[in-house]
Amino acid sequence: MPFFSFAGLVAKAAVSKPATRLAAREPFAATRGHVVIQISACNFCTLCAKRCPTDAIEVDRGGRVWRIDRLKCIQCRACVDACTKKSLTLDPHYSPAMTAKDVESFKGEAPPPKPAAPAA
Amino acid sequence: MAQFIEEQEIIAIAREELPARAAQLAKEGWRIVHVACIVQGDQLELLYAFDRAYKLVNYRVLVPKSDPVVPSISGVYLAAFAYENELQDLFGMRVDGLVLDFKGQFYRKRHQAPFNPPTCAPAEPAAPAPAAGN
Amino acid sequence: MAQRTIVPFGPQHPVLPEPIHLDLVLEDELVVQAIPSIGYVHRGLEGLAQKKDFHEMVYVAERICGICSFIHGMGYCTGIEALLQLDIPKRANRLRVILGELSRIHSHILWAGLLADAFGFESLFMHSWRVRELILDLLEEATGGRVIFGICKVGGMRRDIDDDQLKRMLDKLDGIERECCVITEPLLNDSTVRKRTVGVGMLPQETAHLLGAVGPTARASGIAMDARRLGYAGYNKLNFEPIVETGCDSHARSAVRVREIYQSFDLIRQAIADTPGGDVDLKLKPGVNPKGHYAARLEQPRGEVVYYFEGNGTPNLHRFRVRTPTFANVAPLVKMLEGCQLADVPVIVLTIDPCISCTER
Repeated sequence: MPFFSFAGLVAKAAVSKPATRLAAREPFAATRGHVVIQISACNFCTLCAKRCPTDAIEVDRGGRVWRIDRLKCIQCRACVDACTKKSLTLDPHYSPAMTAKDVESFKGEAPPPKPAAPAA
Repeated sequence: MAQFIEEQEIIAIAREELPARAAQLAKEGWRIVHVACIVQGDQLELLYAFDRAYKLVNYRVLVPKSDPVVPSISGVYLAAFAYENELQDLFGMRVDGLVLDFKGQFYRKRHQAPFNPPTCAPAEPAAPAPAAGN
Repeated sequence: MAQRTIVPFGPQHPVLPEPIHLDLVLEDELVVQAIPSIGYVHRGLEGLAQKKDFHEMVYVAERICGICSFIHGMGYCTGIEALLQLDIPKRANRLRVILGELSRIHSHILWAGLLADAFGFESLFMHSWRVRELILDLLEEATGGRVIFGICKVGGMRRDIDDDQLKRMLDKLDGIERECCVITEPLLNDSTVRKRTVGVGMLPQETAHLLGAVGPTARASGIAMDARRLGYAGYNKLNFEPIVETGCDSHARSAVRVREIYQSFDLIRQAIADTPGGDVDLKLKPGVNPKGHYAARLEQPRGEVVYYFEGNGTPNLHRFRVRTPTFANVAPLVKMLEGCQLADVPVIVLTIDPCISCTER
């Protein structure tokens, strides 16, 4: 019956570098990190807020503000899949640690002026 | 590829028949799978599921909410003690003759019967709004 | 006359992965009776099903447990698809099988480490978690998440895993399988490990059947029951047999899980070879809600899990009931603990592979 069957592995592990990796290693391309918005492309249709299962996204249509509560977001990509203007993407890097509960807001520019009605 | 859908058989029985039926099933070699409780309006629907050779059979017992008592089958199937204690804890039922009875303390929780809250007298009216001119 | 004392075991205990409370009635180091008590992580997820849209409930179902998370999501989707009479594409079924079996491998490797920790074999514990990282890397590359994948949805999969990715996965599997041998060899054959597991926690076949044991706990006592044989998700087209041992002790339960790891590698290879091209998603008609009742049975790493659904035609389910395998194994656990030594209690608790988050939902 084998004795000390792990001795070789333990000795090798004692002299090699740690197997734990820092969280700052380069993530995979598909890793679900955090939601990024390109606010200039957003048309404030509020579809992302409706699809969000945790209500982490809040859209102010009139004031053209898009808010996300990073601590509520579960990185499920429902908003990314729902966006009609493709303004939302999921970046592979995790959002940085927070020291206080905070909601990130992004303000969009004023809508482009409507073209004047043609003269009768 | 056709989706696999398991055959669901439900047999309705009265609650008094439960211990006898359980004894017969145990003799025939059925294994207890689970006991579920569904709140259906004024009644509580209990489903006792048994399995033998990959075939699932459900027995449905309807119990009125006003008289939520059901006899225990843990004399025959000891495993049922966990499911019946869950019925007592989460649905406020009373199971008669439980072999290992926790009397509503199997789940350590604060509220009584959280999935079937007891309807009591209307709650205290909210505190009157602060007087105008504050 | 021996003196009786009651020792509370858990919920905080260095050996337990999750909080369960056992009151052990001892007579001088011999356990006479064990009284369980749960509820430390009860979140009322079954009640949440009545408040959430049934499409969004997948996210909650996945989070019932961290280790078995994929199969919870898959089981929920399987049940709703049966209620809605949906026929999802074959590629989606095969991808679910591949991810489900990878989940099973990672769960068993995690369990192997925890069992080794229970009797103090820390090196095996650390090394098995090192090997588990290799599997988690595969899963993160394919789905984006290590533990919670977020890839199952009602109607199929949310995203495709393309054929190149599957081929890369297949190439890495051989290396991971060799690493698994390094863990499973000592777990079954090392003399000190055998002294702690052989003959400990006996569960005879009759008792296992009457107490409703499921999963490896039942299969190690000679009961040949594996819910994958029912044939959901295309398992009926794959070639495998339930793994059965007759030892009825902790060593037999370890052997069943070890052999299941290698069986899962084989199933993944079969599934990858049989994955056709095509869609992974069925477009659902909007406004169609589940109506009727259905009980879906799947095989989790810990045993047979039953999901009972009742829909009433509205977007919220009337009842969503989950009976997880550890809940069914609580009664056999209580029986196994009678007559064992106090030092064997952690080993026996860990051989049923307790997942208390699942038990208490």
